[in-house]
Amino acid sequence: MQVEKHETFDILVESDIVEVRQRARQWAIELKFGIVDQTKMLTAASELARNTLIYGGGGRVYFEMLHDDLNRSGLRLTFEDEGPGIPDIDIAMADHYSTGGGLGLGLSGSKRLVNDFQIKSEPGLGTRVSVTRWK
Amino acid sequence: MDKIPVLQLGDLLLVTIQVDMHDKLALALQDDLTRKIADSKIRGVLIEIYALSMVDSFIGRMINNIASMARILDAETVVVGMQPAVAITLVELGLSLHGVRTALNVDKGMALLRTPLGSVEGYSDASRET
Repeated sequence: MQVEKHETFDILVESDIVEVRQRARQWAIELKFGIVDQTKMLTAASELARNTLIYGGGGRVYFEMLHDDLNRSGLRLTFEDEGPGIPDIDIAMADHYSTGGGLGLGLSGSKRLVNDFQIKSEPGLGTRVSVTRWK
Repeated sequence: MDKIPVLQLGDLLLVTIQVDMHDKLALALQDDLTRKIADSKIRGVLIEIYALSMVDSFIGRMINNIASMARILDAETVVVGMQPAVAITLVELGLSLHGVRTALNVDKGMALLRTPLGSVEGYSDASRET
């Protein structure tokens, strides 16, 4: 698998969530994603960017255009923060579990919107969530 | 801060969301609508979201909140113009717009708001025939 193109964007204030959505959409369009795939990816991007800001206290997102051995192209978004981390990922991934007063669908919902979902978190060190959608 | 305009038409409020809303703007709209419903004896709220490229859990919650508060204040809410891709994504995300009435376009949404609650079933049957 090779990364054809990449970009980093900082998530520091609320308006950055909107910017992440717009960039995710531009990348999805560039990859010629259909409208449903585009919408899924930018919705997941919105959820995860908000998590990075609210729970992680800010961080960044990496956009990567991928090309694999099966000649598929895909978009990978990796959100990273140095916040308090998630003590129990299984609980955090459960539908409707929230510590932030939201609906508790950010993580679990995003996972359903993508083909590949990876999460790594160390209490006290931060969280990294990576989502990929293949065309 | 920019603001989403809310138009009053008799005892109805019309909102058409044309911008990619950041969270504070969505919250401001929620407050604005709730205040106007209470102040002006509003019976119905129509929210048109044709231009929204996505509805995430935050915006979904805002729509739910507006509908719940409106109902407590004796007003109905109808969301119109949701893009099919947005609807598909919303369902997969796991968000159900409980108690929010929807219509395909503004005309149908207005008709829904003008129909007394008791005859809602009658309306949806009629709309299927046309």
